[in-house]
Amino acid sequence: MSATVQIKGIREGLLVTLGEGDWEDVQQALLVQLDEQADFLSGARLAIDVGNRVLKAAELGRLRSEILERQLGLWAVLSESPTTVQTAQTLGLATRITKPRPELTVARPETTVQGGEQAILLHRTLRSGFSLEHPGHVIVIGDTNPGAEITAGGDIIVWGRLRGMAHAGANGNHEAVVCALDLSPTQLRIAGTIAMTPQRRGKPQPEMASLKNGQVVAEPWDPKKAK
Amino acid sequence: MTGKVITFTSGKGGVGKTTATANVGAALASAGNKVVCIDADIGLRNLDVILGLENRIVYDLVDIIEGRCRLRQAMIRDKRVPELYLIPAAQTRDKSAVSPSDMIRLCDELRPEFDWILIDSPAGIERGFRNAVAPADIVVVVTNPEVSAVRDADRIIGLVESEEKGPARLVINRIKPDMVKRGEMLSVDDVLELLAIELLGMVPDDETIITGANRGTPVVLNGKNKAGQAFINIARRLNGEEVPFMAMEEEGGIFGRMARWFRRPQ
Repeated sequence: MSATVQIKGIREGLLVTLGEGDWEDVQQALLVQLDEQADFLSGARLAIDVGNRVLKAAELGRLRSEILERQLGLWAVLSESPTTVQTAQTLGLATRITKPRPELTVARPETTVQGGEQAILLHRTLRSGFSLEHPGHVIVIGDTNPGAEITAGGDIIVWGRLRGMAHAGANGNHEAVVCALDLSPTQLRIAGTIAMTPQRRGKPQPEMASLKNGQVVAEPWDPKKAK
Repeated sequence: MTGKVITFTSGKGGVGKTTATANVGAALASAGNKVVCIDADIGLRNLDVILGLENRIVYDLVDIIEGRCRLRQAMIRDKRVPELYLIPAAQTRDKSAVSPSDMIRLCDELRPEFDWILIDSPAGIERGFRNAVAPADIVVVVTNPEVSAVRDADRIIGLVESEEKGPARLVINRIKPDMVKRGEMLSVDDVLELLAIELLGMVPDDETIITGANRGTPVVLNGKNKAGQAFINIARRLNGEEVPFMAMEEEGGIFGRMARWFRRPQ
């Protein structure tokens, strides 16, 4: 039992590492352990490392309420699965603790965008409060509303209206681009350059923004110029 | 019977969650449904004031959950309509006195006895919001045609989606048709375009709401007025009726309306 759940103290509170096994069983094991050590743990803030599990919002939500009912707090969920990280972020949980995890740096030595770096695809509306950070490309099918944030190491493509904040080439890649069917973000960043969208004139049209001479420039999509 | 739980929420404060809960509750009860309204805004209770039942409170929501009274004892019956009950919030405690699973347990107890269980959520996205949304079958997001309210509604819709409560439905409250016509206020279409969820109702700004609230009489119980009619329509839609949306920029009394009828086919 104790092999599946490891609890250790870190600067920010307690770090719980969950081992392999069926989610329901592991969750149960964790809750049993929390109950057993209730006196010792009381009031603690937990960060839970779920490994590479893919967890749904309902599952994380249930875990959070179970933890809340034990007078403990859940503030972070760490995971190698981008889906789980994203779910945790939608629930308003942190997804990294200030000290970077050693395994993370080993698993992803450096993130270069070239050479078919992995992309993440989101097929839904990104609403206010949503935040996504991904080292590769980000593709959204749907609208990105004001108050939502996308940070990508690579390019950002929004098949819909982009009205939130988009940061492409976040690791310093000056070649990164941002494309959208209606490119009207509250703020657009490419690598280290920040731009605000000017008032839209006329009908929205598909546009691509890139860095030209150190400035963010948005141009209407022209099929002839496409490589 | 198995009652449905509807939670009215908004993120931003002051958009009309409590007014909507009180009026939709009263409208459903007037239509012959058995309704209970729960005020989940512990520490800042309002629903009892809007319903004019403040002076009859003996026990409250926290008393039920902490076992100091039976469910029946805390329910206040509104005598103006056949079957409308209120479970008031506690005023001397805060949101942490109740947990989401307490709310689920309470609603499961109420479901067999009522057609509708309406929950008035507090503003914000913290514990109080999660308490209110946990037992919901239907989440109704109330917003105003203002950018800040719409932004918060968007956030709330995202949170409701991530709790896997199914798609939220939208009530746009306090529309000022004149301002919309002059292009000074977001129109219903502008709001729907951004939020992209099903519209349950739109309610015009109406001064009788304020006088009704001061007197403790929900406007739906108070004869003819536009806001009241809008809330009655929302109640009918919840009961599965197909009710067309009211025209907002109605003008010129009955003749203007008739003229519009004749013009419509073109």
